[in-house]
Amino acid sequence: MSLTSTQADGAQIVTVNADRIDAAMAIQFKEDMRTETESGPDRVILDLSLVQFIDSSGLGAIVAAMKQLGRDRRLDLAGPTPMVEKVFRLTRMDTIFTLYASLNDAVSANET
Amino acid sequence: MAETFACSFEATEQSARSCILAVMEGLRDIDLPADRAGDVQIALTEAVNNVVEHAYADTSNGEIRIQCDLSSDLLKIRIIDTGPPLPKGELPAGQPADISGPLETLPEGGFGWYLIRQLTCKLHYERQAGSNLLSLFFEMPSKPVS
Repeated sequence: MSLTSTQADGAQIVTVNADRIDAAMAIQFKEDMRTETESGPDRVILDLSLVQFIDSSGLGAIVAAMKQLGRDRRLDLAGPTPMVEKVFRLTRMDTIFTLYASLNDAVSANET
Repeated sequence: MAETFACSFEATEQSARSCILAVMEGLRDIDLPADRAGDVQIALTEAVNNVVEHAYADTSNGEIRIQCDLSSDLLKIRIIDTGPPLPKGELPAGQPADISGPLETLPEGGFGWYLIRQLTCKLHYERQAGSNLLSLFFEMPSKPVS
């Protein structure tokens, strides 16, 4: 699992540099997210634009990553590809997370 | 005109991924539309994950076989394992996970059967000679008349 992290406009942007978040990498993803977001801005944007596929294990790992942030910080999602968007929609997790069509949209939402 | 292909692998998450990708590669040759291929990949992955995590929870030597049968209007994917039968010998209801609670209680799992049921048009499960046979059915979109 490869995550890279930058900051923009007071938010931390974590980019997933993998084309899948599936059962084979869900635990590693959760651990890496914990490391990346241990400290930092209250708002974390997870850039999913390179992720072509997610399964329920990957979905669970993203939920876990949000829980790790606690109540005072938030995890937003940016750039979901069609299959990723579908899994969030079918499980109604799109009502729990805010999904932005692109990283740009997510970052500019920070300014308002 | 039925096309069939199959693959078989040891029940680890890594080899599950390789086999699922091989199946998807096989399906690419039959011109499955992208969104339907996505449905197939999600449902197949959830079904295989269930086998790896539950039926073969206590072993990494379990074997899973996947067979695909395509007819003009239906794709059937059969997943075969030799683990213990499903609880009560039947398919789980696949209720949607409860996401109504506060942050701390949000579910991190339990989505699998719900997704499988949402993405397939039919499911069939039977226990036969010590094996679990789970069949996922997907409707194939009719080809446009040219």
